[in-house]
Amino acid sequence: MAQIFHRSTNFIARFSVFSTLFLVGVALVAVLAVARSPYMTRQNVTREQPVQFSHKHHVGDDGIDCRYCHTGVETSAVAGIPPTKTCMNCHSVLFNTAAYLEPIRESYRSDKSIEWVKVHRLADFVYFNHSIHVNKGVGCSSCHGQINQMPLVFQANTLLMQWCVECHRNPEQVLRPKDQVFNMDWKAPDNQAEIGAKLREEYKIRTTAELTSCSTCHR
Amino acid sequence: MTNTSRFLVIACAAASMLFASGCQYLKQDMANQPKNLPLSPSDFFTDGRSERPILENTVAHGSIADDELFVPKDSNNFPLKVDLLLLQRGEERYRIFCSPCHGLQGDGNGLVVMRGMKHPPTYHQDRLRQAPNGYFYDNITNGFGAMYGYSAQIPPADRWAIIAYLRALQLSRNAIVSDLPAELQQRLSSAGAKKE
Repeated sequence: MAQIFHRSTNFIARFSVFSTLFLVGVALVAVLAVARSPYMTRQNVTREQPVQFSHKHHVGDDGIDCRYCHTGVETSAVAGIPPTKTCMNCHSVLFNTAAYLEPIRESYRSDKSIEWVKVHRLADFVYFNHSIHVNKGVGCSSCHGQINQMPLVFQANTLLMQWCVECHRNPEQVLRPKDQVFNMDWKAPDNQAEIGAKLREEYKIRTTAELTSCSTCHR
Repeated sequence: MTNTSRFLVIACAAASMLFASGCQYLKQDMANQPKNLPLSPSDFFTDGRSERPILENTVAHGSIADDELFVPKDSNNFPLKVDLLLLQRGEERYRIFCSPCHGLQGDGNGLVVMRGMKHPPTYHQDRLRQAPNGYFYDNITNGFGAMYGYSAQIPPADRWAIIAYLRALQLSRNAIVSDLPAELQQRLSSAGAKKE
């Protein structure tokens, strides 16, 4: 009986088995890459706001401290979005007829909240606390980037758990003296490793095992 | 079909129907839990806020002790102990909340004033040097002129820290040499002598 298959089918069979495995591998890598891409994490994506509030103008040009508006940041889990009244502290006088700011005045007149769009959104099973970070020498810009240069705020980092844990493993790399926490232009000095280790001791920061324990952030 | 297999088919169908109807709960993403987080919107209240406004005349738990910090407008009482820590706290809070208009030195040349805000009076004038502490406390709390009240942004103890720092600012331009401790007076005169 003549052979049904030509010799070359051996090669084709092997090739298709290996290429299938290869394609499955590529697909897996692609899924993981997409999950970490700005498309999913929304890193570096600016959000439209009801009023295009510029942190660059208020912080960068006018030198207003973060805590003027985000009053909760040193004492509570959330930094807080200021009430419309805080805007009116200045804008009752400045640009008080500008059409651009009409939503602010309307909100103040009618006592209706402005629905600001949340930029840094963590999953609901993450219990992040601003006050503990700020009080232990982690500066605003370590996570938020240089807000003082952002006309519209975007996430400077991925906010993936991997990114959080990187710092919880080695907090020394970002720890600052307390008077530098709200400095948007802070850069790590050359001897940061040395200073960081000293600050870690001074601030009584917990061990890496404790900082990376699940229940530190999830409960 | 036997009775048993018929029963199995019906049971399977019922189970898959239950499963399908429960899908919206299975789909419930743990990242988006049906709970209110601070400042999250709410469908429950008509104004859409999950964070409820404080009812008038309610006193927050634990804040009744602040009563002693409320000094009347015409009183010169200072309810806290003044020490370096309080002054440092005051300096920090002054820079956050006051300096945008009143300026770092208290003469009213803050950056926001440069941009067109009404120029506030300088602290370095006799009227405000002689004003009682309670006057400043009242103005921080309730506002004055173009300045809105800061009661929502600055807690009472911090208002006093700011007042202490403000007094230090006033003193910085209104001190006479004989007010200094002898040691500092000596340093001052020897520094002056060196220059000559």
